[in-house]
Amino acid sequence: MRDVAVVGTGMTKFGELWGQSIRDIFVEAAQQAITDSGVDHVDSLYVGSMSPGLFVNQEHLGAVIADYLGVNPIPATRVESACASGGAAFRQAFLEVASGASDIVLAGGVEKMTDGADVTDALATAADQEYEVYHGITFPGLYAMIAKAHMHQFGTTREQLAAVAVKNHRNGAKNPNAQFRSEVTLAQVMGSTMVADPLRLLDCSPVSDGAAAVVVASLDVARKLNKSFVKVIASAQASDTIALHGRESITTFKAVVEAVKKAYKIANLRPADINLVEVHDCFTIAEIVVSEDLGFFEKGKGGEAVAQGLTAIEGGRIPINTSGGLKAKGHPVGATGIAQIIELYEQLTSHAGPRQVKNVRRGMAQNMGGSGASCVVHILEAQ
Amino acid sequence: MIGIVGYGAYLPRYRIKAEVIATQWGADPASVTRGLQLFEKTVPGQDEDTITIAVEAAKNALRRAQIDPREIGAVYIGSESHPYAVKPSGTILIDALGIGPHVHVASYEFACKAGTEAMYVAYSHVKSEEMRYALRIGADTSQGAPGDALEYSASAGGAAFIMGREKVVAEILHTHSYTSDTPDFWRREGEDYPRHGGRFTGDPAYFKHITEAGKALLEKSKLSPGDFRYAVFHMPNGKFPMEVGKRLGFTKEQIETGWLVPWMGNTYSGSSPTGLAAVLDVAKPGDLIFMVSFGSGAGSDGFTYRVTDEISKVQDRAPKVRQMLDEKKIYLNYGEYAKFRRKIKLND
Repeated sequence: MRDVAVVGTGMTKFGELWGQSIRDIFVEAAQQAITDSGVDHVDSLYVGSMSPGLFVNQEHLGAVIADYLGVNPIPATRVESACASGGAAFRQAFLEVASGASDIVLAGGVEKMTDGADVTDALATAADQEYEVYHGITFPGLYAMIAKAHMHQFGTTREQLAAVAVKNHRNGAKNPNAQFRSEVTLAQVMGSTMVADPLRLLDCSPVSDGAAAVVVASLDVARKLNKSFVKVIASAQASDTIALHGRESITTFKAVVEAVKKAYKIANLRPADINLVEVHDCFTIAEIVVSEDLGFFEKGKGGEAVAQGLTAIEGGRIPINTSGGLKAKGHPVGATGIAQIIELYEQLTSHAGPRQVKNVRRGMAQNMGGSGASCVVHILEAQ
Repeated sequence: MIGIVGYGAYLPRYRIKAEVIATQWGADPASVTRGLQLFEKTVPGQDEDTITIAVEAAKNALRRAQIDPREIGAVYIGSESHPYAVKPSGTILIDALGIGPHVHVASYEFACKAGTEAMYVAYSHVKSEEMRYALRIGADTSQGAPGDALEYSASAGGAAFIMGREKVVAEILHTHSYTSDTPDFWRREGEDYPRHGGRFTGDPAYFKHITEAGKALLEKSKLSPGDFRYAVFHMPNGKFPMEVGKRLGFTKEQIETGWLVPWMGNTYSGSSPTGLAAVLDVAKPGDLIFMVSFGSGAGSDGFTYRVTDEISKVQDRAPKVRQMLDEKKIYLNYGEYAKFRRKIKLND
């Protein structure tokens, strides 16, 4: 496989984008990415989107987007892997360039969630319909069970869950594209409306509209563009049982453990070699569990780590979710995996402004679908 | 001079506190009262509906106007809770009040602004000299689904205004309407409760339409917010009217006289009309009043009024709004409320 680079990025602001349709926001992000990269064409495109059919009654999204982006007749495909759709779309673009089949591929992600659809029901289709959803479970309920188990097994506290939201809001406040640009206090998180015990409103990522896109190219193409780029040094993906009850343990995500193991092996790295991570914090508990599963903290110590500031931008050992994460930046499901790559690109090219982590060389993105049944991990390196 | 010759309001005596509803659904009462500025709301009695409320309000308007009901040429009732899907509310009302039968009657519907659209048409009839008097009423027993945010606000009440040329108590100086296709809130045929777009009902709907209508009205009138003694806006909750008033340049002092919603709830088609009635209850000759309604879907009707010397003669002829709001209240628990609002389905 040949070397692959990210050469350009673009994204819309995340939030309630009521004046724009799904095609508008994707085209806005994709045009930005293409202009930013300086390429004169793309050979194909992948768009990650979880459920445009349920959210805005539009399937066949690859064709819709290629049409409105004005790039017909190139191949255009939608990739679906629930909340990991963006990461999976990026991986498809990576593989297509790495294999030599294409030189330049656009990888994007989009979701339009605030146009009136029943969001909780639409998202629940990413869980096991027959064994979980028919019994009334929703995603906040699934992650609440994970949180309860983690608290019981390792003594993780309510305050530690809240510390994730506080940190991510602090980072999001510095991100111009974030849905929530305001800080929150521990007391505000712990006093917010109860959703599913122990998870409260401010433990949950929001419902968002948004699109993100990156241009992926071969290293040869990247070098000729005369601009900053970052190298993709590992791409890995894994799966796990769709339902929580099929797992040996619900305080660890096996798909995360497996995917990151592969990624470390491909890049020949250890957790200590990574300088920052974007993780899939759909709920505060997810960030804690994932930070352990990626090898940054011992199992059961993720809550303590965030509460001690070990994952903060300033003074942290391994800054997590410098973008604000899904919690504060917003979570337009299909766009999330791509937006994580964009945050790493900005950090590794020293364009992250007030969120910039000093002396960063390698960043990791971890994007997850459902209650952890799919996981995509990428490692990017500055050039 | 064309304007209001008689006005009257009606509010049911039953109340439920927001904290009782919040406790029922496991919500934090403080965040409801603090966030939405809603403390209690009116609840229609078991034998009250939009028509009985309209009749009571119109009776009070007739008491103030002291005219022969048979001289009323048009009766328009604006509501989104007309008791019948097919059968006008106004026909029952005219028989109850001795109006007509040589009268034009119609039911209006435009979410929360059906009352002011009826006012605009009634005013136009008198202005065009089609008739001597026209009666328009905004009344509702509005619906909020159990557990929905609307349940804290959806209440019952109404106000009636008789338009005419003689003995005008508040002259209509200017009008302006602003309308667009903005689906922020709706209820389809056969559905018990409305649906809404959450925060979409705010900026793109309520705030945009009221500020656009309000700005145009200020421009037309060549007046500035400071020229008005009172301002009345549609009141879906306690926060919105204060905020929209601020955006247009009005002060809390100008708004609070007609700001009934924290203790009345949102009477939908009766909301800004009842606020106007509360202002007229205390207004002095020469006072200028600024009013903009809002109906989801969406649109706003704006009016400016100048209060005349006649006002003091009519104010005490019928019960005042604050009196109905503050006195003889009967509080319900959630079970009684559910029974009163027919939320409990019984076998026939």
